[in-house]
Parts: sequence; C-alpha cells; structure tokens
Amino acid sequence: MTLTATQANPAPAILPGNGGMRGALSDLFWRRPQFLLLLMLLPPVLWLGIVYIGSLFALLLQSFFSIDEFSGLINRQFTLKTYGDLLQAANLDIILRTVTMAALVTLASAIIAFPIAYYAARYARGRWKALFYLGAMLPLWSSYLVKIYAWKLILAKEGILTWLLAKLHLLWLLDGWLSLPVVGGNSLSVSSTGTFIVFVYVWLPFMILPVQAALERVPGNLVEASSDLGASPGQTFRNVLFPLALPGIVAGSIFTFSLTLGDYIIPQIIGTSRLFIGQAVYSQQGTAGNIPLAAAFTVVPIVIMGFYLWGAKRMGAFDAL
Amino acid sequence: MRSDRGQSAPLGLKIAATIGLLFLHLPILLIFVYAFTTEEKSFVWPPPGLTTQWFAVTWNRPDVWQALSLSVRVAAISTAIALVLGTLCAAAVSRTKFFGRETISLLVILPIALPGIITGIALRSAFSLAEIPFSFWTIVLGHATFCVVVVYNNAVARFRRTSGSMIEASMDLGADGFQTFRHVVLPNIATALLAGGMLAFALSFDEVIVTTFTAGQQQTVPIWMLEELIRPRQRPVTNVVAMVVVLVTLLPILLAYYLTRDGDQIAGSGK
Repeated sequence: MTLTATQANPAPAILPGNGGMRGALSDLFWRRPQFLLLLMLLPPVLWLGIVYIGSLFALLLQSFFSIDEFSGLINRQFTLKTYGDLLQAANLDIILRTVTMAALVTLASAIIAFPIAYYAARYARGRWKALFYLGAMLPLWSSYLVKIYAWKLILAKEGILTWLLAKLHLLWLLDGWLSLPVVGGNSLSVSSTGTFIVFVYVWLPFMILPVQAALERVPGNLVEASSDLGASPGQTFRNVLFPLALPGIVAGSIFTFSLTLGDYIIPQIIGTSRLFIGQAVYSQQGTAGNIPLAAAFTVVPIVIMGFYLWGAKRMGAFDAL
Repeated sequence: MRSDRGQSAPLGLKIAATIGLLFLHLPILLIFVYAFTTEEKSFVWPPPGLTTQWFAVTWNRPDVWQALSLSVRVAAISTAIALVLGTLCAAAVSRTKFFGRETISLLVILPIALPGIITGIALRSAFSLAEIPFSFWTIVLGHATFCVVVVYNNAVARFRRTSGSMIEASMDLGADGFQTFRHVVLPNIATALLAGGMLAFALSFDEVIVTTFTAGQQQTVPIWMLEELIRPRQRPVTNVVAMVVVLVTLLPILLAYYLTRDGDQIAGSGK
C-alpha cells in the first residue's frame, strides 16, 4: 500500500524555484558560476584599474613630457629630455643619498629585529607570545606622525636624550658625534643620524613580523642537531639559523627599503636640508610646478623596487610574507 | 640527550630582545607625559610642572574639531567602500580558480607595496589631467584604494578556513543564493570583516602621505599635525592631539586583534 503510494507520488527531485526576480537571479548564479565571478570581480577591478592603474599610467606618461623653462608650461610632446634632466649631478646625488640611507636603515632594522623575532618565535609561549606579537603590532599600527613627533621630542637639544646623557656624564660622546662631518649637525634633530634613527624606528615592526614568521618555521630540533654535532652557538647561527631566516629578512627588507625610498616627511621634519627622493618629488610637483621631472623622479624608486622584488622572488622571500 | 624544550633563553638574547622592545615602546609613552607639561615653548625634559589645562584649550579649538570630523567622515566612507570591494575580491579569488587570479592579488596589494608618494602624485596628476577639483571625495578616492588590501587580506584568510561544503549543504537544504549568503557565509566571515574594517579605519585615519596630494586646502587630523610639526603654533595643543590620536588608533587595533587571534590569520600583517 505505502509502496504504491510513494510510487504514485514521487518526491520531486528538483524543488520548484522560488520564483520572482530573486529566485531567477539565484538560479542564474548557481548554474553559471562564471557570471557570478564576473559580477564579483567587476567592481574591485574597475575601481583599482581606473583609479589606481589609470593614475599610475597618467604619471608615467607625464614623465615623457617636458617643461618649458621660460613660460613654466608643460609641453605635451613625447621627449626624453626630462630623463636627461634627471641625470644631472645634483639629482644623482639625491638618488644616491636616498639609496644609501635605505640600505643602512634596512641593515639596522634587520639587526635589531632579529633578537626580538627569535625570542618570540622560539622561547615565548602562551601569554608572552601574544605580548610579543602585540609588541610588534601596536607600534606598526600606531600613528606615523605621532611616532615622528615623539622622536622630535626625544632628539631636541633640550630633550630627554641630552638630559639622559648629561646624567650619565656622556655628553662628550654626543658632541663628538655631532661634530663629525656627514652624520653630525647642530643637534640630533637636524642631523642625518637623527633621520636614520627615526627611519629605523618607524619601519622596524615591518621587519620583525616576517622574520618571526620565517623563524617559526625553523624546526627546533635542527638547532639542537647542530649543537649536538659540536657546533658553537655562533656556528649554528651562521650555518643553520641565518640561512633559514634569510627569506624572512629579505621579505622584511622589501618594506624597510621601499618605505625609506619613498618617504618625504621624516627627512623634512628630522634631518638636514639635504634632499631625499621623496622630498625632491614633492618640491618638484609643488613649488617648482615641474610635474614631468617629479614623475621621472618617481620612476626611480619604481625601477629600483622592480629589481629588488625580482631578486627577492628568486630568494624565495614571497613564501615568507 | 640535550633538549632546549622548556629551557630559558640565553641572557644575551633576552637583553637584546628587551632593549629592542623598549626602543619600540618608550617613545610613544613619552607622548603621554608631554601632554601634561606646563612648558609651552620648548620640548624641555624633565617637564617643569604638570597640568591638565591643555585638554581644555584643545577642547575649545575649532580647527582641531574640524580636522577630526573630516578624518572620521573620510575614514568611515573609505572603510565602507573598501569593505565592499575587498570582500567581493576576496570571495572571487578564494572560491574559484580563474585566469589572471595572481594578477588580481597583485593589483590589490600594489597600492600598499609601492611607496605612498607614488600613489599620491599619481592620483594628483590624474586629477589635474582630468581637471577634477580637490574635494572630500578626492581624499576618499585615495584612501579607499589602499584600504581595500587590508579588508582583502583578512577576508581571504577567513574564506580559506571556511569549508565550501557548508555552502553546498545550505543549497541542498533548499536555500537560495541570497539566503545562503545571509545565513551561512556572512556569519562565518563577519568577525574577519569587522577586524578588516577596523584596521582599514585606523589606516585611513592615520594616512598622511597620499592625503597631502589629494586634499587641497582641507585638513584631516594627520595633515593638521604635519602643519604643526613643520610650523609649530601651539605645542601643548599638538601634544594633547598626539595623545588622543594614539588612544583612538589603539582601540580598533586591539579589538581587531581579539577578533582574529584564534585564527591562522594575523590581522595586521601586511599593513
């Protein structure tokens, strides 16, 4: 009886659609996933493509224009003259200074970041691990300008650093350092040393996180095996730990290097009057009104970072990001 | 049989790590002390005296309030745009494999990977080529562009953790696409979106480099601070604003951390 009943009224294998606009759309999305994909991708790709890539392209285009030196108007004709201007000694000087600073900042951040990252990855557990993580995260996300401002307070002639050194009877050290030609100045807040310290401070968290991520992946027993086989801690560091952490360091250096190359606010607030690439770009587009030269200047960090990223990719740094 | 398990770190490493962490945190704490100093003209240490009068002075400054209001409005709208675009992009990239998928992730990350000054001047030159005057919306345009990546990073990580079979189960039980999104997908990704949104808000609230190129004459809080840093007018007010900014950005970051800490994803990585 029941058997025949079910046979007579088989449950529908496919439920009827909900009907209406909404049901039709829902069915369409299910049957044609490509359509849904397209619909999802369209807004972000349009936004980034038009607003961002479009602007970048416009910028690149302008670097091939030139400026009329008498009228100050922009001559919209394709020329390489602006790139010729870029290669003047004064501009090359700016580029060299910026790249040197970026390299030094990267090196210093790696040296300071390593012990923090290593401790966090290998020894910190539970509550301490979270504390170390927040210890790198909070400075990373706290306000960039406030961080620079804090250093202006610290490095000022009447500030806390001078006070501390005076208490320790070490003022002669500071004065001796400030009297040196390139790194010195009237006070730390108007010296290249000051610029360097602030750069390292502001970008350091960007180095800690990837190095820590790379070190987390080094199995502890590798280090143990190395010391069991008679290596000193120094040898273990050189031959085991450092090569394995290197992709993380390179990944972090992408940030420290790129951010230093493009920054114009730190050297403007703390440092000498000698320009960095970012400041040159800013003054060319602002007061000088020479947008083509400013555009050509921005191509420099793009090209440098292009090579840098290419090298980093070959070293496997992207897996550590 | 040597094992480092449970063994404490070498003393040298402890000292180096402690010094490093102090180097990262002490400067920010200093801001809190300076907000109470009685000294007006210089950054003298130790402060000659402590006072709370500067809070009242700052409270009555209309320029500070205007900057704050502009910053909050810009950050709110940029975050909203970034939430929509970032989630859509993350859903597309994590659910399906398609041609050009890697390019899409690169496209999202690019505005944050290239130095801010490039984004800034690119937008500015595009505005001048297209003859768009500076306005509230030119600031939002720039901010939303680099905020997408933060939402995207958080959402993509969460999508990877949620199993696709849940969606299929929901559909099998008769829910349509919209019901599945509302009752299955959204509750799963909600905390990740909240965390991403907070980080995007913090990022936008703090942004200065791109903003200097897209703001024209308007002042957001960071631009106001930058002006004060270059041409100081009233240092104690700057001290107070700096302290408030630290507190305002601290809260969303801590919240975002607590929202995503159980997961495999680090909310703040790849700022």
